[in-house]
Amino acid sequence: MGNKDIKLVQLPSPNFVPERDANKPLMLEVSHLGIDFGGLTAVNDFNIGMSPTEISGLIGPNGAGKTTVFNLLTKVYEPTRGTILLDGKDTHGMNTIQVNQAGIARTFQNIRLFDKLTVEDNVKIGLHNSIHYHMPTGVFRLPKYWKEEKRAHDRAMELLSIFDMQDMSRYIAGSLPYGAQRRLEIVRALATEPKLLLLDEPAAGMNPSETSELMENIEKIRDEFQIAILLIEHDMNLVMGVCETIAVLNFGEIIAKGTPSDIQNNPKVIEAYLGKQEEV
Amino acid sequence: MKKLSKQTISGFINYGIIIAFFLLFQILAATGNLGSSLKGQLIPICSYIIMALSLNLVVGISGELSLGHAGFMSVGAFTGVVVANSLSDHISNGIIRLLFALVIGAFVAGIAGIVIGIPVLRLRGDYLAIVTLAFGEIIKNVLNCLYVGIDSRGLHFSLKDEPSLHLEPGGRTILSGPMGALGITKLSTFFVGIVLILLVLFYIQNLVKSRPGRAIAAIRDNRIAAEACGIPVTKYKLMAFVTSAAMAGSAGALYALNFSTVVPKKFDFNTSILVLVFVVLGGIGNLRGSIIAAAVLTVLPELLREFQDYRMLAYAIVLILVMLITNNEKAMFIINNRLKSVFKKLRKERA
Repeated sequence: MGNKDIKLVQLPSPNFVPERDANKPLMLEVSHLGIDFGGLTAVNDFNIGMSPTEISGLIGPNGAGKTTVFNLLTKVYEPTRGTILLDGKDTHGMNTIQVNQAGIARTFQNIRLFDKLTVEDNVKIGLHNSIHYHMPTGVFRLPKYWKEEKRAHDRAMELLSIFDMQDMSRYIAGSLPYGAQRRLEIVRALATEPKLLLLDEPAAGMNPSETSELMENIEKIRDEFQIAILLIEHDMNLVMGVCETIAVLNFGEIIAKGTPSDIQNNPKVIEAYLGKQEEV
Repeated sequence: MKKLSKQTISGFINYGIIIAFFLLFQILAATGNLGSSLKGQLIPICSYIIMALSLNLVVGISGELSLGHAGFMSVGAFTGVVVANSLSDHISNGIIRLLFALVIGAFVAGIAGIVIGIPVLRLRGDYLAIVTLAFGEIIKNVLNCLYVGIDSRGLHFSLKDEPSLHLEPGGRTILSGPMGALGITKLSTFFVGIVLILLVLFYIQNLVKSRPGRAIAAIRDNRIAAEACGIPVTKYKLMAFVTSAAMAGSAGALYALNFSTVVPKKFDFNTSILVLVFVVLGGIGNLRGSIIAAAVLTVLPELLREFQDYRMLAYAIVLILVMLITNNEKAMFIINNRLKSVFKKLRKERA
């Protein structure tokens, strides 16, 4: 172990817009993050920093490694290289469960709800770690059970009201329409009281009016909960409309970072999305 | 008054079914209409209902497959026999001895559950099925060569033979290897069996609607999402598995203390599968289905005894028919509609 070469290197600032955010406190600081699957490098030298109430976007062509970054942040995969600091605390050695308890919640690209449970129960499972009673209390229905369940119920309803879903609370989650399932996933993630919310293609399968509603809600969630949001999305209207900063990923590496207008005019990004222009 | 949820009402119906079952047989017994073969079946029915309910906790609610449930039953059964027998010098009241046997049987089976669950439930996939299958066989074989005796110095254990217990004169053997437990005092009563079912039902039904129960169901529905919600997966899987093992243990003790002899071979792979059949036929995750399936399928082979030669054939046909109907949405839909229209007619006639 002790044979590491120690080198002093100049680190590039992880911030999306270094000149603007240089002195802001960082809630999330990811440096040199990378993972190899066998010989394949899926993500390499991934650096970002997010301030506590920033909304950032992660975009890139299919297969660029966007979801892999989410899986690394939530420790579904253990990173091969690099560090993830959450509020200055290294998440090295934590598993998915501990990372969630430390403050990172996520939604999934292919929806993962608890299909056979009700909408309300799905949210209550998100509230799991903020409901405080143990098995005997639950089984014997002691007064604490009723008190805590009442509180959880009220909180679940409050969270569902973000998306006006209180009326659906008794439906089975698997029977909801697609858009509602996506919204429920966001509510469930919020229920775990995160500091950072990761949204994996939240607008996939939504119609334009649902998408614009979602955009408003993403900003509303940030303002109300005072959390940072990092989202993966292919809908450029949503990304350009709601994100304050954007990182573009291609072949597992960040090719551009900055504000939406920076990104739109970046030749490298245009190349990644549209291909290189041939000289005629 | 607050409106009761559908789930709560369904829970009360389950208690009602068990109590009605009890009253029915009490009335039959009081009026002398209860056949002796059926009378002998009452306590086994109770313990099989508990077995089915507890296996449903693992298979239906926690979503893991356990193929060695009879192993836990057997641990509970023989622990119960040893406890009841060794307490007979100190406690003369049979009911109290039975309660000790049930509680300690459940406790020891629960420990067996922890020993198996801790390493296996950390893995993903069907490992639990494989390991519990092996566990059931191992327990059967260990009990097949386990000798336990008691004398004034206390309990003696041996894995060799009876003389190696070195009992004092006046001491007695409780378990003698493949012969099993001989000369058990019959302590189990139908009433205790019914109370035990109600307790198990109460436990499972309330668990499902509480914080740990939700977590267990969440892990079944989507393990990755449950982890992302910060739920300690292994802990809750273990909770469901160990509770289920303990319940099976008490069912075993109840079962064993109903007979004068019990052999380890009784609790083999076939018994595990039989209990799994109860659960699958009754509907995975459906507690009421488990109760009914366990009761009917325990009685059925006895009722078919007259047709000795065709007994197992008829049993198999019944199994297939029930499978076809309960797993066929169309058939269930038709049956439900028929029942509803019948009830409607009755209501109209009354009005």
